[in-house]
Amino acid sequence: METLPEWVIQLAYLLAAVLFIQGMRDMTHPRTATRGNFTSAMGMLLAVGVTVLWFELVSPVVLIAGLVVGSVVGVGLAVRVEMTEMPQLVGVFNGFGGGASALVAGAELIEFQTAGVVTSLPAETAIAAAASGLIGAVTFCGSLVAAGKLHGVVNGNAIRYTGEQVVKVALFAISILLGAYLVVQPELFAEYLQGEWVPAYWLLLGAASLLGIALVISIGGADMPVVIALLNSYSGLAAAGTGFVLNNTALIIAGTLVGAAGMILTVIMCESMNRSLSNVLFGGFGEEADSE
Amino acid sequence: MTLVFNLTLFVLTAFLGYSIITKIPANLHTPLMSGSNAITGITLVGAVVVAGSGSSRLATAFGFLAVVMATVNVVGGYLVSHKMLNQFHKGSEA
Repeated sequence: METLPEWVIQLAYLLAAVLFIQGMRDMTHPRTATRGNFTSAMGMLLAVGVTVLWFELVSPVVLIAGLVVGSVVGVGLAVRVEMTEMPQLVGVFNGFGGGASALVAGAELIEFQTAGVVTSLPAETAIAAAASGLIGAVTFCGSLVAAGKLHGVVNGNAIRYTGEQVVKVALFAISILLGAYLVVQPELFAEYLQGEWVPAYWLLLGAASLLGIALVISIGGADMPVVIALLNSYSGLAAAGTGFVLNNTALIIAGTLVGAAGMILTVIMCESMNRSLSNVLFGGFGEEADSE
Repeated sequence: MTLVFNLTLFVLTAFLGYSIITKIPANLHTPLMSGSNAITGITLVGAVVVAGSGSSRLATAFGFLAVVMATVNVVGGYLVSHKMLNQFHKGSEA
């Protein structure tokens, strides 16, 4: 298959970034919001389309199958959803995005290992992958729990238990340690944690997934819209991290854009709902917000 | 050098994202969240690269799963945002 030259891709990514930015700006005004969503969708179509055309596809069947399955599921869910169920569906979609970023970073690490070009991972790649995996897995599991609470399949009350902050800190510390292990690649435990499928990375995803559950399970159902807004910002950061792993400007720009804008939106939503952001962030140190 | 270039993009875009959201009516909070959530599906671009390159079977398998999840995020995300905005317009005209 004939591939496009590199500069065409980069220009297409630039145009896509402009469409994302303009689309997001339009979505902040009632009159232009629908157009803004469309503009941003065109940016996505451009970025994905040009990527599919660019890369020499060794396994096009796998790729097309994935795109078809994903589209069918996405359309099916979006068409059937009731107005009242939309927030939790957005939560589920958001979780999928974060999870996908974590998987892409992991798959790229495996490619690094199996390609055999480098004996050890470049530090910046390992750091970016670890960050993407940590944030992506927290987003995935956190979003699913948040959606579950809104949908009533998970207990909507803030689930508190003794030592919960210890559990969260411990899970976070384990994730950071595994991330550091990926970066340093020491001899220690090498036969267990290093190898073609990069076990340390998948253990990191496991710890981060538990962290995501622990963080959201202890927040009350009423705070879930804010939690989903925050996790939306996280999934942007996870995509940006994956962009650093792949050296892909489209991922870095779009991911960071949503990461930053999503954070501001979370703050604004907190203010308009009279919630404290730190309370939502750390799973409610103070009880007063729950009793409001 | 690539790292510095990527960092430049990251920092400048972070400022841009920070300044893009200024005042926004409360009833647009959820649609904007949904719309920006669809944008995070950009990770589909990365998933396409990984799934399509086919260098190792395991990486391809994870790539496939990532393509499915990211596509659900993109397609579903834009559709739901559109649906929300349509409802919103009906509501404001009535």
